[in-house]
Amino acid sequence: MSPVVNNLLNVVLILVCVVFGAALLTWLERRLLGIWQDRYGPNRVGPFGTLQIVADMIKLLMKQDWVPPFADRLIFIVAPAFAMFVVVAAFAVIPMAPGVGVVDLNIGLLFFLAMTSLGVYAVMFGAYASDNKYAMLGGLRAAAQMVSYEVFMGLSLMGVVMLAGTFNLRELVLAQADGWFIGPQIVGFFIFFMAGIAESHRTPFDLPEAEHELTAGFHTEYSGMKFAMFFIGEYVSVLMSAAMITVLFFGGWLGPAWLPPLGWFLLKTMTLVLLMILIRGSLPRPRYDQLMTFGWKFMLPLALINLLITSALILI
Amino acid sequence: MKQKTGLGHYIYIVWDYFYSNIVTLVKVASHTFTKADTVEYPEQMPYLAPRFRGRIVLTRDPTGEERCVACNLCASACPTDCISLQKTEDESGRWSAEYFRINFSRCVFCGMCEEACPTYAIQLTQDFELAEYERQNMVYEKQHLLIDGPGKHPDYSFYELSGKAVSGRAKGAGTQEAEPVNLKSLLP
Amino acid sequence: MIWAYLYNIVFYASCGVTVLATILMISRHNAVHALLYLIISSLSLAIIFYLLGAAFAAALEVIVYAGAVMILFVFVVMMLNQGQRSVVHEAAWLPASGWILPSVLAAILLSLLLIGMYSDQPLPPYGVHGVAVKEVGIALFGPYVLVVELASFLLLSGLIGAFHIARKMPSHMSSNTLEEVDHG
Repeated sequence: MSPVVNNLLNVVLILVCVVFGAALLTWLERRLLGIWQDRYGPNRVGPFGTLQIVADMIKLLMKQDWVPPFADRLIFIVAPAFAMFVVVAAFAVIPMAPGVGVVDLNIGLLFFLAMTSLGVYAVMFGAYASDNKYAMLGGLRAAAQMVSYEVFMGLSLMGVVMLAGTFNLRELVLAQADGWFIGPQIVGFFIFFMAGIAESHRTPFDLPEAEHELTAGFHTEYSGMKFAMFFIGEYVSVLMSAAMITVLFFGGWLGPAWLPPLGWFLLKTMTLVLLMILIRGSLPRPRYDQLMTFGWKFMLPLALINLLITSALILI
Repeated sequence: MKQKTGLGHYIYIVWDYFYSNIVTLVKVASHTFTKADTVEYPEQMPYLAPRFRGRIVLTRDPTGEERCVACNLCASACPTDCISLQKTEDESGRWSAEYFRINFSRCVFCGMCEEACPTYAIQLTQDFELAEYERQNMVYEKQHLLIDGPGKHPDYSFYELSGKAVSGRAKGAGTQEAEPVNLKSLLP
Repeated sequence: MIWAYLYNIVFYASCGVTVLATILMISRHNAVHALLYLIISSLSLAIIFYLLGAAFAAALEVIVYAGAVMILFVFVVMMLNQGQRSVVHEAAWLPASGWILPSVLAAILLSLLLIGMYSDQPLPPYGVHGVAVKEVGIALFGPYVLVVELASFLLLSGLIGAFHIARKMPSHMSSNTLEEVDHG
């Protein structure tokens, strides 16, 4: 098999797996939330309700493709596509196993940070184009929240980068052969985990789309497939956060030989996804100013102190 | 009250928040092993209390006659005004409803009509599966409401106790009834 | 061979997108649309940086300019929420005659730039060696350390200014203003 065909196969397979994995994650999340709330969740369509995603997809595809007459038409249509594009593009740099992964960038980590920072635009332009007060409030919240959380998201990763001495994600994984970075960088892991949840705006950091306050926040006016793009985009970014944490802190595909490397990667990623769903199922949403205080007055100093101590220990 | 400040208090607050959140996580995670409370309804009927208030029926006497005397008390008790009826009287002297209509798309199943009914005619049953494809089908006429049995009060018969003369029975001829007092007579 | 062609195609395509998006950004009447084009312009500029070997600059272009600065612009524009009325205003403030002088000045600048580019050896569009992150870091803390320190002074003063504006008023001052409002 020629390398071009191999690469193309890699790209297509990963794209399909990521999107379908995210779709399956909607089912998994609903089942798990059901279990934790002493009910069943969707269990009717197909075995254990797994075909629920097909039913949902049919429903969303059948819906009228509606653009409100007061909306800014071009931006309204572009925003959900952008939301999907950004997270899927960020998946390109994630090394899943030796030989599995779309592209091996030297600045892989920076590319990931760039893509997550662009993710705000989908939310903001969606909110702006909707011309709706709830969407507007959601968009403003999203902008402030994501810009603030990006700051220490990047800072929390710098400890890992200093330990490994590279921005290349494959080399970062290989640098953890002696020991995972979760040990020396536990604080960095904690900060990145929080920031990852905030970046994919999920409960408890789901203020941009807080149902009880803002109807549906920035996607209030969206329906059908456009809504689905936002929705699946959110789940892809959950997967991405989990995969990124696996790569950066849990040694990626490294593990004992009784599982193949890809198996280890998926196992670690799914465990982290479960943890994120558990957090969604249990923690309440903070008030907006509490969120900002938590970010700027607690997480940012913590990230800086972590950076300082790590660099000091490296220099010694 | 003086507000507490200082590093020690700050660390205490941070610890407190983390501790409470972690306790929450563990408690929610422990529900993985508890049984679901869901009753999977169409396959498994949920338990209905004996006094459950569902679809409204009109019952009959032990003799098979309609109990309803069309007194309109149920209609006036109804908070949503979903009952409408018209009184008629047959040649034997019995009162009954000429038509009796309940609009179940408005009914809230409060049971006020059952409480107001002097003859135990109108009763609420355990049936709650009232879905229809057309809204007009939610309007039940008298023939849809009438059932063949006496419902919750099997022995009760209004005309047996009321003292009203109907065909075949004079005033005071019912059970538990005394002869009517002749006011013009001087005999004891 | 095919990769060189592909490289050229991508390079010139992103150049064209950059120029076009910048022109559209200047000429839009709707502020949000103008910002959208500005973002597209900086994204394609990042692609050019990457193709020229400056991967770190490309990433920073996206993270800092597109990812943080532009968001604040969009944030402010959304807060003002001007709608159709401001588009009409903008259109009234930018008549066709208003474009003449800026175009002449821009043409002079462009001609100077072209003369400067073609008087010497023309630069190759690619083939520059890739600048690694490490080199950037060494350059910043080696020959350019004074500039870095000056920039950090500037940022610090900005931070202090922001803190001064955003700090809470002392209680006696805020009560005074309250009284003034009551009596006035």
